[in-house]
Amino acid sequence: MSVPVTPLPAQVETRAPGEVRRGSWFVRVTILVIVLLWLVPTLGVLITSFRPEGLVESSGWWTVLAHPFRTAEWTIENYRLAITGQGFGNAFMNSLAVAIPSTVIPITIAAFAAYGFAWMEFKGRYVLFILVVGLMVVPLQMALIPILRLFTQGVVVFGYRIFPDLDLNQSFLGIWLAHTGFGIPLATYLLFNYIASLPSSIIESAKIDGADHFTIFWRLIVPLSVPALAAFAIFQFMWVWNDLLVAYVFLGGAGQNRVLTVALRELVGARGENWHLLTAAAFISMALPLAVFFSLQKYFVRGLTAGAVKG
Amino acid sequence: MGMSDRDPHDPSAAAPPGEPDGPRGQASVGSLRRALLVVAATAAGVLAFLLVFDYLRSPTSNRLSVVLVAILVGVGGIFFLFWAMNRIVDLLPAWLREHMRPYVFVGPALVILGVFLVYPVFNTILLSFKDGISRDFVGLDNYRFVFTDEDMLRALRNTAGWLIFVPLVAVAIGLVFATLADRLGRGEAAAKSMIFLPMAISFAGASVTWQLIYSYRPQGFGSNIGLLNGIMIGLGQNPVKWLELQPWNNLFLMVIMIWMQTGFAMVVLSAAIKAIPDEIIEAARIDGASEMQVFRKIIVPSILPTIVVVSTYMVINAMKVFDIVFVQPANAEVNGTVVVAERMIRWFFLLDHNGRGAAIAVILFVAVVPVMIWNVRRFREQEAIR
Repeated sequence: MSVPVTPLPAQVETRAPGEVRRGSWFVRVTILVIVLLWLVPTLGVLITSFRPEGLVESSGWWTVLAHPFRTAEWTIENYRLAITGQGFGNAFMNSLAVAIPSTVIPITIAAFAAYGFAWMEFKGRYVLFILVVGLMVVPLQMALIPILRLFTQGVVVFGYRIFPDLDLNQSFLGIWLAHTGFGIPLATYLLFNYIASLPSSIIESAKIDGADHFTIFWRLIVPLSVPALAAFAIFQFMWVWNDLLVAYVFLGGAGQNRVLTVALRELVGARGENWHLLTAAAFISMALPLAVFFSLQKYFVRGLTAGAVKG
Repeated sequence: MGMSDRDPHDPSAAAPPGEPDGPRGQASVGSLRRALLVVAATAAGVLAFLLVFDYLRSPTSNRLSVVLVAILVGVGGIFFLFWAMNRIVDLLPAWLREHMRPYVFVGPALVILGVFLVYPVFNTILLSFKDGISRDFVGLDNYRFVFTDEDMLRALRNTAGWLIFVPLVAVAIGLVFATLADRLGRGEAAAKSMIFLPMAISFAGASVTWQLIYSYRPQGFGSNIGLLNGIMIGLGQNPVKWLELQPWNNLFLMVIMIWMQTGFAMVVLSAAIKAIPDEIIEAARIDGASEMQVFRKIIVPSILPTIVVVSTYMVINAMKVFDIVFVQPANAEVNGTVVVAERMIRWFFLLDHNGRGAAIAVILFVAVVPVMIWNVRRFREQEAIR
């Protein structure tokens, strides 16, 4: 919570000090009500996950609020059970193994591509760029079936194998590549907007000093683009971490490589109403994105607004 | 950058990629040696990758080390790829070199997109005309199914409801909240991040979260621990089966998505509101405009383009909604909460009918095409201004 969302200091200051608006109490009350409404669901999960099974099953989580300091009503047993007994420890690590490369790979590829489209001359540059950006709205669902077949069978046309059977199903590489494919269009679009707007003078002068494109990219463009790269990195990381569909399709519902969201879904399906486990598991899956979100909020918000505010 | 751009398993690949090359075309022995080095490094890198890949697949490997190696290889591999490609292009004759260089930069993106988006689009269209196991062509049968099957028709209607209702409510609440929070002064940031918080949660996690609110237990099956039924009992009413209450259960599921997406609308709209010059708003106030008039006649028109963009984004999201319905333990067909994307996954993966799954995917795609054309147009307009 340490990082303010967007208050621009200059604008805050331009408000005259005595200017307390009419209906100020109305503003405060409305905001308070909405905030409380928005917090209640998360609060329920948090509280339930720390209550012993018997109490979870017999009384609503809100009853705790009447006597919050009875230590007998709190426990961390649920977390121990979820992490070891239900395999959520493994799933957490798998989620990391999926999410980190699935963030770095598309951003690297997209940053190179954005630089190429912005600052290099080649045939078909404009058409290719439009194609890349246009692919932004191909729904994920459209791509799942063929990619899965590609991973499990390769491509055979008229008896000729034109794409090898890579046996990528249920592998980390397979899901990295899939997330990369789905992430590149938006990443390229956002990074292009940023990289193309850098002043051309610095790139020209680097060229005059004898730097080639690769050097300019690593030594100049990447450091200058850190805000944009960070913004998209957070966005992509959260997306991949929270994704259920792609993980379910490419890593499967069971097996050693399953990630948190899939494990959570299996727990919902298999156990129905095992609330003490379910809430602990849900909170394990939320912990990292929430930490990332609160510590890097500024970049996350910038990433969201970068694409959309330009209107 | 702080990240390693070398292949972790191969010391010969350790030359820093950013180092400016020496003067080109020096003694041929030197360049030959360099060429060999580059080729060897690339080969070693690829080999190392394949070996590691086998290790990752092996079921006996220790999980923690598998995960660490996977992250290292994935991250290192992509940097190595670009480094190696650039070095290989350096080896080309001078006249070809600079023609090829741009493709080092944009090539990988184009290849990946070709394999993972362009090819699938055509392949899915093809599959949608074939039977369940993708062997024989069946003409339009799958599409006929999509538009006659009762659950599919319900899914189409439900999805239409999702993509009208969710953006409308989320944008409305987001707009009101952004406008009000703008006047809060201190505490604005904290208030906003509370609304924004659900965005960090997965749909799967959110579904679990909301089950605690909608939970219902019939008499004799334990006490009702869902918040809504807790309130109902507190009010002296009978508990309600919220998620089986047709057609309202669709609405209750939509609320979950609204809860998650309002933060997005709010943040983007708030940024737009802050970009309105203060003088305009102050001038209107001095002229005696009420707060409501300022909101309706100045704020909303000024940020209209942003409202449109945010709404469009949310319409697309709502069109593809899947997780919220899919994670519910209750049966979506029985409860009438089916949606299009969920149908697609169910037909393809759980009911094993490729053709129908593909046809539903094509329907989704066709629904998105107008948005795509609009997006490209908007981009061209921006290009024209640039």
